[in-house]
This record gives sequence, structure tokens and C-alpha cells, in this order.
Amino acid sequence: MATRYFGAPVHRNEDARLLSGQALFVDDLELPGMLHAAFLRSNVAHARLRSIDVSAARARPGVVAVYTAEDLGDYWRPGPLLVPPPPIAGITFNQRSQVPLAKGKIRHVGEPLAVVLANSRYLAEDALADIEVELDPLPAVVDLEKALTQSSATIHDDVGSNIAARVRQTRGDYAAARSRADHVIARRFLYDHGASSPIETRGVVASWDGRANQLTVWDTTQAPVFLRNGLAGMLGLSERQVRVIAPFVGGGFGPKIMLFYPEEVVIPWVSIKLNRPVKWIEDRLEHFFATTQERGQTHDAEIALTADGRILGIKDVFLHDTGAYNPYGLTVPINSQCTLLGPYVIPSYDSTFTAVFTNKPIVTPYRGAGRQHGVFVIERLLDISAKELNIDRTEIRRRNLIPPDAFPYSNEIIYQDFTTLSYDSGNYEPILDKALELIGYKGFLAEEQPRLRAQGRHVGIGVACYVEGTGIGPYEGAKVQVQANGKVNVATGIGTQGQGHFTVFAQIAADQLGVGVSDVDVVTGDTDQFYWGAGTFASRGAVVAGNAVNEAARVVRQKILRLAADHFECAEEDLEIADGGVSIVGVPGKTIKLGELALKANPMRGAVRPGTEPGLESTQYFGPPGGATASGVHAVILAVDPQTFALEVLKYVVVHDCGAVINPLILAGQIHGGVAQGIGNAFYEQLVFDDDGQLLNASLADYLLPSALEVPRVEIAHTVTLSPLNPLGIKGAGEAGAIPVGPLFAQAIEDALGLADKKVELLEIPLSPNRLFELTTKSR
Amino acid sequence: MADDIHEITVTVNGTEYRRNVESRMLLSDFLRHDLLLAGTHVGCEHGVCGACTIIFDGAAVRSCLTLAVQADGHSVMTIEGLAHGPDDIHPLQQAVRECHGLQCGFCTPGILMTMKAFLDETPSLDEAQIRGALSGNLCRCTGYQHIVDAVRLAGERMRS
Repeated sequence: MATRYFGAPVHRNEDARLLSGQALFVDDLELPGMLHAAFLRSNVAHARLRSIDVSAARARPGVVAVYTAEDLGDYWRPGPLLVPPPPIAGITFNQRSQVPLAKGKIRHVGEPLAVVLANSRYLAEDALADIEVELDPLPAVVDLEKALTQSSATIHDDVGSNIAARVRQTRGDYAAARSRADHVIARRFLYDHGASSPIETRGVVASWDGRANQLTVWDTTQAPVFLRNGLAGMLGLSERQVRVIAPFVGGGFGPKIMLFYPEEVVIPWVSIKLNRPVKWIEDRLEHFFATTQERGQTHDAEIALTADGRILGIKDVFLHDTGAYNPYGLTVPINSQCTLLGPYVIPSYDSTFTAVFTNKPIVTPYRGAGRQHGVFVIERLLDISAKELNIDRTEIRRRNLIPPDAFPYSNEIIYQDFTTLSYDSGNYEPILDKALELIGYKGFLAEEQPRLRAQGRHVGIGVACYVEGTGIGPYEGAKVQVQANGKVNVATGIGTQGQGHFTVFAQIAADQLGVGVSDVDVVTGDTDQFYWGAGTFASRGAVVAGNAVNEAARVVRQKILRLAADHFECAEEDLEIADGGVSIVGVPGKTIKLGELALKANPMRGAVRPGTEPGLESTQYFGPPGGATASGVHAVILAVDPQTFALEVLKYVVVHDCGAVINPLILAGQIHGGVAQGIGNAFYEQLVFDDDGQLLNASLADYLLPSALEVPRVEIAHTVTLSPLNPLGIKGAGEAGAIPVGPLFAQAIEDALGLADKKVELLEIPLSPNRLFELTTKSR
Repeated sequence: MADDIHEITVTVNGTEYRRNVESRMLLSDFLRHDLLLAGTHVGCEHGVCGACTIIFDGAAVRSCLTLAVQADGHSVMTIEGLAHGPDDIHPLQQAVRECHGLQCGFCTPGILMTMKAFLDETPSLDEAQIRGALSGNLCRCTGYQHIVDAVRLAGERMRS
């Protein structure tokens, strides 16, 4: 191989279209005769629905149809359970999933009640005001603890309580560990995570072709294959009659993996019913209710330690807000439960969570997917333990890190992918060392901080560790095909939302096939281009689909060599693939281009050997035996203004181990973006619901996404521990940047303001200037 | 609604368009769905995210807070007009690609238009100043760092 693209900071194949306004996003589709949909949504959180009168809306000029749940007939049914509970003994799980249009009962603000189809979106929205709704409001279930009391209203009458799930997982004997501990430290922690807020909201365009009996759906989904399969099933069609295309998608971060959103169910049905293309694009207000989010957990956690700061065990009991429905099963709270264990040896663990139905939008994974909540608990417990035991906070972490010779390391509990939570590989101490070196930990504490304090500045340092389970199964596939023009086509079933798949998969194929990265044309998210797949989630695209691309390209390479050896009548060993062709080593001029070979591989006449497959192509699948565990340490130095409690981040360091790095430029982008979302979560973003279940800040003017002024420059360093679970040795990196920022900020802010001296502990996220003011003045 | 239709003449990327529009038609919708210049994206429709930013008589403007009728007689540049051709792209486009200043690319057209207006009028390439100019455009993917790098690189090239 002349060049190796794997590991190089290759510029992206997809950028030319994105930079010139030529990339197709769902809302860019304009189809002849297209109708525009607008949904009437509930403005109360909990109510019995008495009647909906749509007659005036139907009569409005420009309106073509208006439908309610009744009109859907047998098509109306609750959505499927996407992720069944893992096989954990003694589990309670009450599945209640969302419905296409509300019938009988309303369970959260924004739940759709009716859909208007009109000749423009403007007209469709006009007609929403014509619809008369009669309902009997019920008390809203908002607070997690109150939701579990006898006197609370119940959201799903047949469940009999608001318990969505209860799961206990244990390792070792926590009670015994506690009884022999020198210290037991217990606290209550609140961790709230917000809305993923991609800049592109969701959208669906469906087009039924009555002549071809074919439905095409363009959808901002992270899981086109499952959307295709589900729609076919619901609509009574074969999978082959449904084509789902996830074109360019403007950010996802988790909520776009959710299926089947009510609009995804209703819009294709309308298109078939009216035999016309139909478009629905979510507006930003709708996005705050109609797209899933993450939210809060309340943890009552305690840690048992020896006198020298070694962890003997942890007990944690937590409540998890799952919203009005739980179609995504237990993924988020299981991630919290598992990721709490972090990079540490925790010999005993007793963790129980209760997932609670509330009258709020549905909770499904958002970048980190519950991992943040668990990481906050363990990292804060260690900070508090360090103080109480008078050990340096980085030293207590170091003492408890899993040693490098302990891998694969089993935590003995069940993870979200149904396998035992096992870390494939890792070497944690060098990561911590590197982070401390880059942030200048010792020098800061010994010299810089005292100097700054003397100047009256409030500057603190923070260091937090984490692991991230990535690259989980079940599988992905890829088809690699050499085209007659010499270009290589790669198709895979996952969707892409900015991760650089068009480039990293091209790098992998280019290395195998001796072509340039820009000569590899990658297609993702079109079910007619690749039939099978699970989707883009859990930091798995590069790991699982990337290895499938590698495997398929490797087989194509073998086919190329075999065919070229026939052509040249030489041994395969004498050939080399480079620069888009195959040559005999050491024989100048003996070269054949890949495109020419591709033509030869599809002869028009004559006989072929038995068993010959046409073309230079291969489809291969990759399913890892378990997830690959990435790890890292973030460190920060930040200043807090003691008057306004505004933050200024002075230095931010990420040291990260995600195995072999395919493209360091793209990886850096993933980390920068993750940190930005982590900072939003730690200090700026919070979904604020009142007692009636009304979201009080449903706009981007009130729900504060970090801007270029709030996100600092991030310095990144890597260590590399290859994953033994896939041939490329890679681990996922999509979520890592976002995971440890909450505890990092809490620790650094405490340090900056000297809160230990004031006996103030920051036990909640998000913080904000207001909240810091409240927490620090309350105790004065 | 018939009374509410206005004839407007707008020059977009050097081409003059004459159209009849309702007075409530947003300029963003007019560009995207009437002129089929869908490169201008809409992220929030309340003027916060900046994805819909265009250049209106030389200034960066949010097309979601502008009515199409307000553009009557004015000149607009959208992302489709930024490059002179496929082989002659704007230094900003080149630098954003080189610095990986985009991921999903949805906010990118608005950022490019904002930054073009910034570079056209600002002599300094101080990071704080770039960040200030960028702060009205939200990007959820990149954490901004590579965008800032790209703007500085483009600015240096445009000056030399």
C-alpha cells in the first residue's frame, strides 16, 4: 500500500456539498402536488379527551384533509417497544408506548391530537386554530417522589401506579463491605440532562407512488432500516415496497434514533390515503415537546472506603424520570447504573432504580444516554471522600483505578446490550498522568492558585475520569463495489448526522483497495442501497459499520488480486494494488486499472468457472461480541466571578483513549462538540417544568445552548489501547466529550470559590449563575 | 387573502426575480420554497440560532425574521452565491473544509454568511473578536473551535 489513510487527518468527502448549499436535507424536498402537514398539539399535560371537532378546519379553503385518532381506524395502535429489558432477574417493567394521535387521554404537553393537510404550511397552521377540543384536565404528575405517593394521579390507569420499571443489580456483598469500612459517606445527588437540540429539527416527507405500489419516506432518522421495517409492518406492505432515506441529517445526538414518532406513523399513512406526497417539518417550539429528551435522576448514594481511600463498595438508589411513555425500555437508567462504576475497582455494588412515569415528554437517549448521571455520582463521591479522608482528589482516583493487567475486566452486572458489563481493554493511569501534566495540576495548586487568590481572583481546578461503553452490537453491514469508472462504492445501513462517515469509511476502503479517499463514494441511510442494519447510536458507527466496511473491502481486494492474477497469468503474491490499479511488482507497464477489472468481472459472453460471482463486490457483516470501552480524563481550570457567578474557562484538557484513531481531525471535532454539549448541560441548559407540566423555557432564547463565547478552546491528547474485540482495534468516541463535564465543573467551581471552607457542596447539575448564588448564599 | 398579495422584485445572487408573495411570507421560506434556494436553512424561526443568515445589501441578516416583501428592491446573497463556481470556492469554504469546521453542516450556510460579512468589514483576526462575531450563530456539533480556526485561516488568506 502506497499510502495509509487510516489514522490520517483526511479532509471530508461530504464537505463540498454541505459548504455550497447543495446537500439534501429533508425540508429541501419539493415534490409535485405535495401537501403540508401541521399537528394540533395538547396545551395541557394531563387530561381526559372528551371530543375534537375538526369540521371548521376541514371547511377552510386550502385545507385538503384533517384527521384525528378515530380516522386512523385499525392503523391506530401504540408504538412498539424498541429495546426490551435486559435479562436481569426480578425486574419490574411496565411498557407503555406513545400513540400516533391521542385517544381518550392526554399524557404530556405537545402530544398530537389531530393533523391538518393543506396546500401550504401557512394554511395548515391557520386551520389548527379552527379545531375545537373539549377536555377534562387532570392533576399533572411532575415531581418524581410525589409521583410515587398513593395520592398521586396515575398516568397509565391500568398500571395502577406511576412505576415504569424497577431494577436492582448487585455485585459482591455491599452490606458486608459496609460493615468493615472505615468510612461511609452518603449524599443525595440530582442530575438533570436536557434537550439534544440539533439545529435541524425533525422532519418527514412521505410519497406514495400508486402506480408502483411503492412508498418512499425521507426522514431525519438515525435508524432508517428499522423505520422501513416498522412502517412496512404497520402499513401491511412488504419491506421491499418501502424505501426510507435518511439524507443529510442536521445533527441527531440520540433523539433521532427514537422510533416511531407519531409524525413518522401518521405522515406515510396520509400519503397513501391521499395518494399525494406529504411534508411535515417540526418547528422549534414543537421540538421541545415532540422530540424526546433526557431529564433528571435523583440518586441516594453511599460509598464505603478503607482509611487509605480504597473503595469497598457503593450503594445507590435512584429515581429516573422516563416521561409519559417508555418505548426505549431501560437503556438510559441502565447506562447510569453501569457507568457509575467508571474506571475504578468497586468490589461490591448494590444499585436499585425506579423509573417513573411523569406528564412530560418522553425520555430516550441523548448523547451520553444516562452515563453522565452515573459519572456525576461516582466522581462527586470521590471528591467528597478525598476531602473527608484528607487525600488529594486525583490521588484517591489513582488508588482505585483498574490496573492494566486486569483486562478484560468484568463488573458482573448486565449492560444495555444485554451482555455482562465487561471492559475489553484499557490503561487508565497514563491517561490521568497525561491530563495532570497538561493541565499543570501540581503547579497550579502549589503556586498559581495561591497567587491568583492573593489577587482576589476565584480560580479553581477540576479533574474527572470516566469510561464509556461504545460500539455495541448487534451488527452492521457494508457492501463494497468497484465501479466501471474505477471509483469504489461503499453502502451501509446506518444513518449519518455529521460524524464523517462519508470519509472514515472511505479511508478504510481506500487502504484496502489502493484508491484515493475521494475516489470512494459512501452511501449511508438509504434502505434501497443497503438492506440491513441497526442504526447510529451508542458511539457505534465507526466501530461496527467501520469494521464491516473493512471486511467487505478486504474480500473485494482478494477478488481483485485473483482476477488480476488470471489476467496477467501470474501469482497473486507478485501483484500490488495502488493508485487505482493492479501492477506486477517490478515489471513496469504491467498495470490494469480497477475499473477495467470490474468490467472483466462482468463478462457479457462466454463461460465462467463454476461458482464465479460477477463483479468486484462483497457484502460483509460485523457483530462484536461486546461493547468496546473507551476511557478518558477531563481537566479544567476556570474562574468564577464571585459577584455574578459567571464562569470563564481558562484551560480545558481532554485526554482520551478510543483505541486506534481513524481520523484525528474528525475525532477532535467529536470531542470538541461533546465538551460543548457537556458545558451546556453543566451550566446553561435546563428544561424547566412547572407544577402543571408546562415547559417554561421552550425557545432557544430561553433554553440556552452554549455559543462560541461559552465554549473554550479544548486541548486534546490521546493514548491508544487497542480494542481486542474488532480487527481494526477501534472504540467509539461520539459521546465521550459530553460525559464527565458536570462533575468536572462542580469540582472546579467548589475549588474556585473555596466552598469546602463554607461547607457547601455542589451536588446537582445543571448549575447556573442563579443556582450558584442560591447555594452559596443560603448557607452564609 | 387575494388582497394580501404583493409583487416584489428581488435580486438574489445576481439574478433578478419577480414574484407575487403573501405579506406574511418569511424571506427564508421565500428563498427556500419559492426560489428553490434550499441552501439557506431554518433552525428556530425565532431569530436565535442564525442558521438562516443571508447577506442583505451587504449585511448579515436573519431571513427568518425578515418578510419577503421587505426584500422588494433589495439585493440578497445566499450560500448558493458564495462560490464563483465549483472550482473557485470562497476562501471561507476552503478553510472550513481544511479545518473541519463543520460536522452535520446544517448551521454551516448561516455561519459562512455571517463570517463573510464579518471578514468583509473587520480588519483584525483576534480570536475574541471572531468568537464575538460568531456568537449569534449556534452550532451543536463542533464546539466552535475548528470554525474559529477556519475563519482566522480564511481571513489571513484573504488579506495576503
